[in-house]
Amino acid sequence: MQITLKVWRQSDANSPGDFVSYPVDNVTEDMSFFEVIDMLNDELVLRGEEPIAFDHDCREGICGTCGIFIDGRAHGPLQGVTSCQVHMRSFTDGQEIVVEPWRARAFPVIKDLAVDRTAFDRIMASGGYISVNTGSSVDANATPISKHDADEAFDAAACIGCGACVASCKNASAMLFVGAKVSQYALLPQGQPESKERVLNMVATMDDEGFGSCTNTGACESECPKEISLEHIARMNREFIKASLG
Amino acid sequence: MSFQSNIPDGPLKEKWTKHKFDLKLVNPANKRKYNIIVVGTGLAGASAAASFAELGYNVQAFSYHESPRRAHSIAAQGGINAAKNYPNDGDSIYRLFYDTIKGGDYRAREANVYRLAEISNNIIDQCVAQGVPFAREYGGLLDNRSFGGAQVSRTFYARGQTGQQLLLGAYSALIRQMGKGTVQFHPRHEMLDLVLVNGEAKGIITRNLVTGEINRHSANAVVLATGGYGNVFFLSTNAMASNVTAAWRAHRKGAYFANPCFTQIHPTCIPVSSEHQSKLTLMSESLRNDGRVWVPKKKGDNRNPSDIPEEDRDYYLERLYPSFGNLVPRDVASRRAKDMCDKGHGVGNTGLAVYLDFSDAIQRLGRDAVSAKYGNLFDMYQQITGENPYETPMRIYPAVHYTMGGLWVDYNLMSNVPGLFVLGEANFSDHGANRLGASALMQGLADGYFIIPQTIGNYLSEKLNETVSIEDSAFSSAENDVRERAEKLLSVNGSRTVDDIHKELGKILWDNVGMSRESSGLNEAIQKIPALREEFWNNVRVPGNNESFNPELEKAGRVADFLELGETMARDALNREESCGGHFREEHQTEENEARRNDEGYTYVAAWEYQDGAPPNLHKESLNFENVSLTTRSYK
Amino acid sequence: MSWFKSFLNSSIGKKTVMATTGLLLCLYLVVHLGGNLLLYAGPDVFNGYVKNLTAFKPLIRVIEVVLVIIFGAHIVNGLRLAIENKKAGGTSYQLNRKNENSTPSSRTMAITGSVLLLFLIVHLATIWYNFQIEHSGGQFFNIITGSDVGLGNMFIAVLYGVAMVLMGFHLKHGFQSAFQTFGIRFNRHGKLIEMVSILFWLIIPAGFLSIVIYFGFMGGAN
Repeated sequence: MQITLKVWRQSDANSPGDFVSYPVDNVTEDMSFFEVIDMLNDELVLRGEEPIAFDHDCREGICGTCGIFIDGRAHGPLQGVTSCQVHMRSFTDGQEIVVEPWRARAFPVIKDLAVDRTAFDRIMASGGYISVNTGSSVDANATPISKHDADEAFDAAACIGCGACVASCKNASAMLFVGAKVSQYALLPQGQPESKERVLNMVATMDDEGFGSCTNTGACESECPKEISLEHIARMNREFIKASLG
Repeated sequence: MSFQSNIPDGPLKEKWTKHKFDLKLVNPANKRKYNIIVVGTGLAGASAAASFAELGYNVQAFSYHESPRRAHSIAAQGGINAAKNYPNDGDSIYRLFYDTIKGGDYRAREANVYRLAEISNNIIDQCVAQGVPFAREYGGLLDNRSFGGAQVSRTFYARGQTGQQLLLGAYSALIRQMGKGTVQFHPRHEMLDLVLVNGEAKGIITRNLVTGEINRHSANAVVLATGGYGNVFFLSTNAMASNVTAAWRAHRKGAYFANPCFTQIHPTCIPVSSEHQSKLTLMSESLRNDGRVWVPKKKGDNRNPSDIPEEDRDYYLERLYPSFGNLVPRDVASRRAKDMCDKGHGVGNTGLAVYLDFSDAIQRLGRDAVSAKYGNLFDMYQQITGENPYETPMRIYPAVHYTMGGLWVDYNLMSNVPGLFVLGEANFSDHGANRLGASALMQGLADGYFIIPQTIGNYLSEKLNETVSIEDSAFSSAENDVRERAEKLLSVNGSRTVDDIHKELGKILWDNVGMSRESSGLNEAIQKIPALREEFWNNVRVPGNNESFNPELEKAGRVADFLELGETMARDALNREESCGGHFREEHQTEENEARRNDEGYTYVAAWEYQDGAPPNLHKESLNFENVSLTTRSYK
Repeated sequence: MSWFKSFLNSSIGKKTVMATTGLLLCLYLVVHLGGNLLLYAGPDVFNGYVKNLTAFKPLIRVIEVVLVIIFGAHIVNGLRLAIENKKAGGTSYQLNRKNENSTPSSRTMAITGSVLLLFLIVHLATIWYNFQIEHSGGQFFNIITGSDVGLGNMFIAVLYGVAMVLMGFHLKHGFQSAFQTFGIRFNRHGKLIEMVSILFWLIIPAGFLSIVIYFGFMGGAN
């Protein structure tokens, strides 16, 4: 099949960017979307042009490194997958595919499709952990945790930090990301001693980093490649209101 | 340089305890006067960096990723072993030790492996305390499963994402220290050289991948936790950026590279579909618990699998290994699949695949039960191949997955270069010639949380106030080398892309230093790789410049190192005249095509010393087995 | 009080204010509609009802002040959120298939809210204002249905009709969203909230709209 990639090109954070269209031939259905960019990049290199910069690593949907707005959606047209798992059978012959970086003030563009998501790490550093030093823990089975809570904590912990929630939110809100982490620890007994400071500090950092507020549109949940539920935002809200006013 | 294993005396079970007592300590008030550099922040690096900071050391951590949470440790699916014996099925530290050393085909140190088994229990405790959501039973206690053919249930898991959850645990410990300012994290920084002063590791040179800036960093010790080198094959299950560069730069500065030919091929990966394939995807080997592996009996039988009647199918693993059947270890399952395809029984477009069939399991257990167990894997398979594994058998083929070889380290995890420590997959230490399932996560975390924080003090205690200024000539000459190398890569301006040459290297290695090896092929590789290296340095094209975000330049530097490593792998494989674990030499097999070890000649670690412009020098560390007797692995 | 200030200035605090004031306004709608439905009973009943209300004038004034505070907080906070969120979003996407992941009502709260604000200003400047100065005459029914500032005026009737449809749209998202903000949507009460929400986004706006249609377009006052 033949497709056209209409790609956002921007040489660095301070330069203006623009779209450039690249027709790509010899695309097969079995190829992943990234393999098409690889193929195009090889051509660009040999033509003496700058290849398209984009973040990617594991290419199996777990590392969270990739994140591209493909054809109008975070991580492309499919539900519950990352950009690296999108294959060309999701598109039709002759299609023009618009390819854009995550758009959010808190995620400045580094180059082309690669953005800086270190704001997430700064949020995590303000409370996304349980304070336990190596070697000071009790036997793993000393504290039973109900299977239900453990499973729900896992659902929250499945977040890969890709930023699709922020990218798809009209407010560029990071509530699903922060909510997932707060919720994971709120569900576990180990997380209780620090629960108040955790939610207050993480939300404060999130606000300082320039993410918007949640208006409960649910776009984040729909576009999350790990299908993390809005329920975790609700739990964080409870935790925050309790910690602030209680 | 010292090439002593430094294994403590005394009975196996007391070595580590005794050793910890014998290690010199650093005064708590002095710890903040030491700087430690940690390169790589996956399981081993993140856990080490966090633990150092908790002890009071100053830590500089480096990763070429934007965040420690991106490390490839995250992709491990199956689980992590520990000798807790919660299921009461006869497990013990000794049994985990025994299984690991036997699984590694007796090519690892007894003392290291025993320590690993001993520490395994602490890891689980630590992770649970960090909030890692392991699978639990209805009573609220931790669940275990049997994994990778083990006869006991000792694997702790978090659905199919155990690596992710453990990495996020280590990341949370690290990020806590980053928040406190005790760890300074340098994202998107790649280590491009090791700096030695008077033969000791005193710092590194890095490139900021966003701005291209080259920086010098000085420290009292350097810890490498930079993962494995499976991407030397181009196609592997490793992440795209996984590379050998940090380890190889250290190797070029004198650190020995041990057992580079010990690579693990994982049997249940999704086969290659086109020439543009960029990487391979692994599916948990738990699939083999219920899936049956088969190929058509007739060569080149390209009927639809559902049209091939039972009598025309060869369930070859069940036929050859009646007692283990589809659950034979990874190396055996992989080699047999290759055999079948080489003999013309392979399936799919390329003929490089075998069937993994769930129709019996679906009939026996019902579709829902199969979906509950493997649903996410089936979805992943369908996503990639477009085929529905509930209706048609999966096609699988082996792929490079893990590298047991790595930089040589002593019992303290220090390389032969004083002050240079190596952790996790980057070192060679614990898995011998073959790693068992669910052991990689265990080793990475054992090294990082529990071993290196103890042993590094022994080295540092004598190095107080021995900090070297970054103005030292050793730093400036290393920086110059790095700059020159980048300029050289950028100035070739030839006609082949980096990936193009990398693919060619991968093919040479896969064909000759892959699942089975023989001297003629190895010699061929030793001829071809230097020629390809020449081609690379004369005909590669790297666009852009050094002063910007330039992923092609990053790749080029890594491939340049792979082009050197590949040759050393071939030499190591040629030297090892035996078949053991992941290393199978055609010349050394039984009449039933099973591996034949040569314990008289090769019960040693092959540690290679880099020689500029000449083949590497071999150093041998002989392995002494005082507790276990060397037996032949049999899975009949 | 600094803890309270920082709560109000936090992203979740602002949401909480929107949710709290929003739900209080929903309650007010119930009372308001109850009164309005008396229009169907004819001028005498309706005029009598309003007259009775004026007997509690001081209480009414207190309620009005409280309403002003609630409305004010909802509006000011809402505008602030809209502006801040717009800024957080940065550059717009060239192609954004929003309908694949969210409902139009959830994305247009600021727009529907702004139109409702416009409606509110007109409503206060006309009906409310005229009720204050003409209560001696007691012809409240006529004010509402007449062609001066009432539904007899086609321009007013259309504005009211549009406003009521948009209010339904606003509440379609707003009512449930408020519970999500309090973190109780996903508890056992999820189904209940969903059912009650129909009352607020469909039945109540429809009640108001029916009055607009009946008196504005069907000549109900004649």
